[in-house]
Amino acid sequence: MNRRKERLIKWLFTVTAFASLAFLVGIVLVLFKEALPVFKVVSPKAFLLGTSWYPTAEPPEFGILPLIAASLWVTSGALLICVPLGVGSALYLHELAGAKQRALLKPVIEILASVPSIVYGFFGMVVVAPFLQRALDLPIGLTAFTTSLILGVMATPTVASIAEDALSYVPRSFREASFAVGADRWQTLTKVIIPAAGSGISTAVILGMSRAIGETMTVLMVAGGSAIIPESIFDPVRPMTAAIAAEMGEAPVGSDHYHALFAIALILFLITFVFNVAAEYISRRYRLKLGLAR
Amino acid sequence: MKKIITIVMLLGLAAQASAGKIVMEGSTTVLPIAQKAAEVFMKNNPDEEIVVRGGGSGVGIASMIDGTCDIADASRAIKPAELEKASKKGRDLKAHIIAMDGISHIVHPSNATTGLTREQIRLIYTSRVKNWKEIGGPDLKIVVISRDSASGTFEAFSELVLDKKKVRPDAIMQASNQGIASIVARTPGAIGYVGLGYVTDAVKAIAVDGVMPDKNSVLRNKYAISRPLFMYTVGVPQGTVKKFIDFLKGPEGQKIVGEEGFVPLK
Repeated sequence: MNRRKERLIKWLFTVTAFASLAFLVGIVLVLFKEALPVFKVVSPKAFLLGTSWYPTAEPPEFGILPLIAASLWVTSGALLICVPLGVGSALYLHELAGAKQRALLKPVIEILASVPSIVYGFFGMVVVAPFLQRALDLPIGLTAFTTSLILGVMATPTVASIAEDALSYVPRSFREASFAVGADRWQTLTKVIIPAAGSGISTAVILGMSRAIGETMTVLMVAGGSAIIPESIFDPVRPMTAAIAAEMGEAPVGSDHYHALFAIALILFLITFVFNVAAEYISRRYRLKLGLAR
Repeated sequence: MKKIITIVMLLGLAAQASAGKIVMEGSTTVLPIAQKAAEVFMKNNPDEEIVVRGGGSGVGIASMIDGTCDIADASRAIKPAELEKASKKGRDLKAHIIAMDGISHIVHPSNATTGLTREQIRLIYTSRVKNWKEIGGPDLKIVVISRDSASGTFEAFSELVLDKKKVRPDAIMQASNQGIASIVARTPGAIGYVGLGYVTDAVKAIAVDGVMPDKNSVLRNKYAISRPLFMYTVGVPQGTVKKFIDFLKGPEGQKIVGEEGFVPLK
């Protein structure tokens, strides 16, 4: 009886462990299957580099360059905000904060991460966008800038907590050795700790980037939704996720438009996939460098 | 153990026998009518249950083709491709016109414009007119707001106003009527379009070709930018579906249509 129970439990855990793999394979298969038919009506080059997105016009135009540009545009903007904020708070938490401050700040950062994205979107739409519209005298507050600002804040906890982990991986001996040769705290931080944790911090930045580029609800609500290649940070834009979310509900199942939306999802998946592989690669290399290989 | 299973099965059968539960899904334009009508209908008929969902005209029709809803709300007529898909699955979709709607053009309340011609609106949406001063207004950049190009409302607008010309690419695209109304309400240079039911005091509706959009002008066919709203069913409606559609087309249902800001059929 006992042995049978044990076997059953082992089998159960095997199934749960492989479930993720099965989900991933399933998602990728469906993405490819539903995306590929669009390339019968538009060449991959025209799809990726075309500058007009008129999926319902007669004849339809499926150029997603404005959508890709918008995603990259708002993500870069978000990075300018979440990297200094996230890495800065990680450094503060790790190097300067006392036990009491840490006990307060760490949970606060984690709560920031758990605010649902619709709340960020709502906040952006109702508070931030009208404020920027008035303060900067813009024709409209729903812009790439507004979106970057909010995505930046949303990605900050991701960057902060992974960067903090990276800092804590740096062995104590490094710091002690640095102090032993007479380096002061600042020198130890900039010349020893940060370089040693550097690849871990890069991982944090890349994962923050993944977070920002994949975010949907917020961009749908605050980006404005114009399918143009942005020329200024105050242009309204239509990132890939927003286009999919806004149009999937209305695209007739099985139409060219429907397949085109899946193709956008596929491109988005490939982009975040590359980000994540890069993050994994960098973090593995850095563990090896520190002799922490597992 | 066996007994429990039998009881559960019997309960299941009983629940099915009293039937009464139907699912209605689709257009966000039709949604306010659908919700209110379902509410009143269920109050009148406590045995019946109607689940109402939004999603968009395309979603509703797709669910109907897949057999996951009983009534599909749509703010546009069904497309040939959809019809073909339905008939491939052996479903013959029937259209029921349940109300009329006018697409109102709205501007910020501070905007002095009282009316535009369809030609002017077309020029604005195709980016040949970019500033209110070009059409007799103040020196203010026009912020063009449109529904997403896949929505039923957009389709009607594109056909009735734009002659199917493309909307300028830098137009702000919104996924709902409410989204457009709330942006127009706080953007001085904005112009947008929404269903009659979404015109409130926070925005200003303007006349098109000299006709104000209201129930009268839509019903008498004087207001050019109007369209029927549909509910689709599979085949000739029966049972609860028939009861509901009859209710909605009847006096009580049409009163709800009017109360929700749309135009009753009679």
